[in-house]
Amino acid sequence: MSEIATSEAAHPAHLQHHFDSLQEQSQVASLGMWVFLVTEILFFGGMFTSYLVYRSTYPDAFAIASKHTVILIGAVNTAVLITSSLTMALAVFASSEGNRKSTVNFLTATWVLGFTFLVLKGIEYTIDFHEHLVPGAGFQMAGTNPGHAELFFSLYFIMTGIHALHMIIGLSVLLVILYMARRGDFSPEYHSPVEVMGLYWHFVDIIWIFLFPLLYLIDRHR
Amino acid sequence: MSTAVLPRENYLNTDYGLRSWFLTTDHKRICILYLLTITLFFAIGGAFATVMRLDLATPAADLVSDETYNKMFTMHGIIMVFFFLVPSIPATLGNFLIPMMVGAKDVAFPKLNLASWYIFTAGGCFTLWALISGGVDSGWTFYTPFSTLSSNTNVTLAALGIFIAGFSSILTGLNFMVTIHRMRAPGLTWFRMPLFLWSMYAASLIFVLGTPVIAITLLLVAAERVLHLGIFDPARGGDPVLFQHLFWFYSHPAVYIMVVPGMGVVSEIVAAFSRKRIFGYTFVAFSSLAIAILGFLVWGHHLFVAGISVYSALVFSLLSYFVAIPSAIKVFNWTATLYKGSISFATPMLYAFGFIWMFTIGGLTGLFLAALGIDIHVTDTYFVIAHFHYIMVGGAIMAYLGGLHYWWPKMTGRLYPEGWGKLGFITVFLGFNLTFFPQFILGYMGMPRRYHAYPPEFQTLNVLSSAGASILAIGYLIPLVYLLWSLKYGPIAGPNPWGAKGLEWTTSSPPPKHNFETTPIVTEPAYNYSELEETAVV
Amino acid sequence: MAIEHTETTEHVVPKRVYYTIFVILMVMTYTTVQVAYFDLGRFNAVAALLIAFFKASLVVLFFMHVKYAPKLIKLFVLGGLFWLAIMLGITMTDYMTRTPQEFPMSRVNTVQPLPAAHVPTALLG
Repeated sequence: MSEIATSEAAHPAHLQHHFDSLQEQSQVASLGMWVFLVTEILFFGGMFTSYLVYRSTYPDAFAIASKHTVILIGAVNTAVLITSSLTMALAVFASSEGNRKSTVNFLTATWVLGFTFLVLKGIEYTIDFHEHLVPGAGFQMAGTNPGHAELFFSLYFIMTGIHALHMIIGLSVLLVILYMARRGDFSPEYHSPVEVMGLYWHFVDIIWIFLFPLLYLIDRHR
Repeated sequence: MSTAVLPRENYLNTDYGLRSWFLTTDHKRICILYLLTITLFFAIGGAFATVMRLDLATPAADLVSDETYNKMFTMHGIIMVFFFLVPSIPATLGNFLIPMMVGAKDVAFPKLNLASWYIFTAGGCFTLWALISGGVDSGWTFYTPFSTLSSNTNVTLAALGIFIAGFSSILTGLNFMVTIHRMRAPGLTWFRMPLFLWSMYAASLIFVLGTPVIAITLLLVAAERVLHLGIFDPARGGDPVLFQHLFWFYSHPAVYIMVVPGMGVVSEIVAAFSRKRIFGYTFVAFSSLAIAILGFLVWGHHLFVAGISVYSALVFSLLSYFVAIPSAIKVFNWTATLYKGSISFATPMLYAFGFIWMFTIGGLTGLFLAALGIDIHVTDTYFVIAHFHYIMVGGAIMAYLGGLHYWWPKMTGRLYPEGWGKLGFITVFLGFNLTFFPQFILGYMGMPRRYHAYPPEFQTLNVLSSAGASILAIGYLIPLVYLLWSLKYGPIAGPNPWGAKGLEWTTSSPPPKHNFETTPIVTEPAYNYSELEETAVV
Repeated sequence: MAIEHTETTEHVVPKRVYYTIFVILMVMTYTTVQVAYFDLGRFNAVAALLIAFFKASLVVLFFMHVKYAPKLIKLFVLGGLFWLAIMLGITMTDYMTRTPQEFPMSRVNTVQPLPAAHVPTALLG
C-alpha cells in the first residue's frame, strides 16, 4: 500500500525501479498480500486451536456461557460485514474500470459499514460488561462451572478483540486508499492498492464468518 | 590482484551520511544494518552466557544469586534465539544475496524490507528495556503457569518485544518468498537456482507459517498477565500444556529457521571449494523443503514429560525420526560432493567442515532425544543443552561465520587475512567442543539444566566447559577484529576471488547500487564447474 | 508490456456475480441462525461450521477472485488451510487420547466443579 514510488523518467508513474511493468508489480503485490493472509490464518489459528481444545473439553459450560452472548448484534454485524465485502468487491471492480466516482462511493460505503460494525461491537461489549461477563474478579455466571465459563469468555474477548483490531487497522488503511482514489490515482492499468486492500478486507470478513457460529451459535438451542 | 582497484561506484559509496543509511531501501545496505544490530545482540547474549559459565565453575553458587542466575539464562536464551539466531543468516546473507542470486535489482518489497529492520530493532529495544528494568526469569520458553501467574518479572515486556520482532520475521519471509517466486532473471528456472535460494525459501516458509503462532501465543500470555484472561489458567480449567503445544508449534520449526539457511550456505561453500557440482542437487533442494514441512509435525517431542497422552507422544516420537531422513540426505550429498573434488581448505571451507561434523553430532543426539525412554531420562538435563547447542552454535553459527567469510569479499570488496581466518576457525572449533562435549556427559550423569549450583562430583566437567567457553569467546573475537581490520587494509578482492559460479560473482565487488549493469540471462545450471572436472580427469 | 495478458491475476467478473454471491451469503447467514435453534444433537456444530465454510469459500472464490487466480495463489490458500489443519489436528491427537488421570479437566469430569486450588497432575509430573 505504501509501495508508491516517485516516478522515474523512463517509467510510467507508480512503477517502481525494480519492476519491468505495472502488471508485474501488481502481480507481485497481490502475491505478497496472499502470503500475508496465510500468516494471518495461522495467527488466528492459535486461538482457534485453543477454542477447539476447550470447547471439546467443556461442552456443557461452553453451551451455557455462549447463550449469554448477544445474538442479535452478532447476526446484524455478520450482515453488515458481508455487505461491506460486497461494496469492497464493487469498489475493486469500479477501480479496474477506471470509474473514479463509483470507486470513491463504494470505498466510502465500505468504510461506513466497517465503522458500523465496530460501533455495534462496542455496544455489545458494554452489555457484556454490565452482565459481568468480563473475565477477572467481577466475572459472574450461574448454572455452570464459573471457571469454565470464564474460559469461554476469555476466548470470546481475545478472538473478537483481535478481530476488531484487524478492523481498526483495515479502516485506517482504507482511509488512505480512499484519499488516493479521490485524488484520482487509480486507473485500469494501476489499481493494485485497491485490489490488495480488498483481499485484506475480505479476509477479515471471513474470520468473522467463522467467529459468529463458533461464539454465538453452536449449542444455542440448549 | 595487486593492481586491482575497487570499483569506482558501488552501493557503499553512492550516498553518504546517516540519512542515506537509515532511509535506504537497498537490500545490501539493509544487510549491513542487520549485521551491525545482530552483532550487538550476539555480544549481549554472549555476556549472559559468560556470567553463567563463570558461576558454574564452582559447585557452590559463588558469583550470582539464584534469582540473578534465572534471569541470566532466560535473557541469554531470548536474545540468542529471537534476536540473533533466527535473523542471523536470513536477514544478513539472505538479504544481501537473494536478489543477487536471482539476478534482480532488489527484493520484491524494498520499503517493507527496511520496515522489517525497524520493527526488528524496535522489538529488540523493547526486550532490552525489559532486561535493563529488572530482567525476566521465566526461561526463554515462557512456560505457563509460571510466566502468567507466578513470575513477577518483566515477562509482559519481553513477550511484547518478541511479538513485535516476530512481525519482522514474517515480513522478511514474505519478501523472500515473493522475490524468489517473481523476481528470477530470465532463464533461472527453479532447478537452476543455487541451493542457498532453496534453503532460504524453506526457511521463509517457516517464517511465514510459524511466526504468527508464537506471536499470538505470547500475546495470550501477555493478555493473561495484564487483562486477567484465563486461557492457560489451571484454576479456571485451562491447560498449561496447551501453551506448550502452541509455543513449540513455532519454536520447534524455528530450529530449522536457524539451521536450514546454514545448510544452504554450506552447499554453496562445499561446491565452490571442491570445484564440483553438488552431488544429488535435486535431493538436496527438496530435502530443504522436506525439513521445513516435517519440522511442523514433530513439536510434541518437547512435551514428552509435560503430561501429553502416551499415544500422542508415540506419534510425535515416530514423526521426529523422519526429520533425520532429509538431514542425512544433505550430509551424505555434501560428503559425496567432496569425492574426487579439487578441494581447497580456505577458511569458509573449514567452517563448512565444522558445520557438517557438529551438525551430525547434534542431529544424532537428537535421535536419542526423540526416543521416548531415553528422553524421559535426560529431559531438562545438560544433555539437551549440549544437543541443541551443537545444532545452533556448532551448526548455525559455524555456517554463519563460514558464509560471512565466503561472501565478505563480495560485501566489502576486500579479502580477510587467510592465516588469521584459519586461526580463528581452529579456536572456535576447539573452544566449542570443549564447552559443549562435557555437557553431554554431565547431562547423561543427570545434571539438570537451569540450576546455579550443583553437586561437587560434577565440577571437573563443568570447569572444562567453562574453560572451553573462554576459548570460544576469544575465537569469536578473532574474526571480529580481523574482519574490521580488512575493511581498510585487506587485499582488494576483485569480482570473483574464489573462481566461484553464481550470479553474485558476475558483478563487481562491492556490487553497484542496482547489482547488475544489465539484467543477467541464465543459460546453465548452478555450480557448472564441469569444465574444471574435465581437466581434472586428464 | 502491460498489454500482454499471458498470466494476469485480474479477471473481470461481471457485476451480477457479486450481487448473486451477496444474496447467497445473506440467505446462508439467516439459515445458520435459524438452524442454531433446532436440536440436532452434535450436528449443530457440524451444520454451523459447514455453513461457515461454504460462506467463506464463496468469499474466497468470487470476492477474492481465487477462482480465476493463478495456480500459485490457489496453492498458497490451500497451504494455509493445510497448516491450520496440522495445528488443529495434531494438537487434538493429544487431547482426544488423554485419560482422566493425565488430564483431570478432561470431559469425564466436566459436570463437577473443580476445587478452588486445584492443580492438575500434569504440572506435578
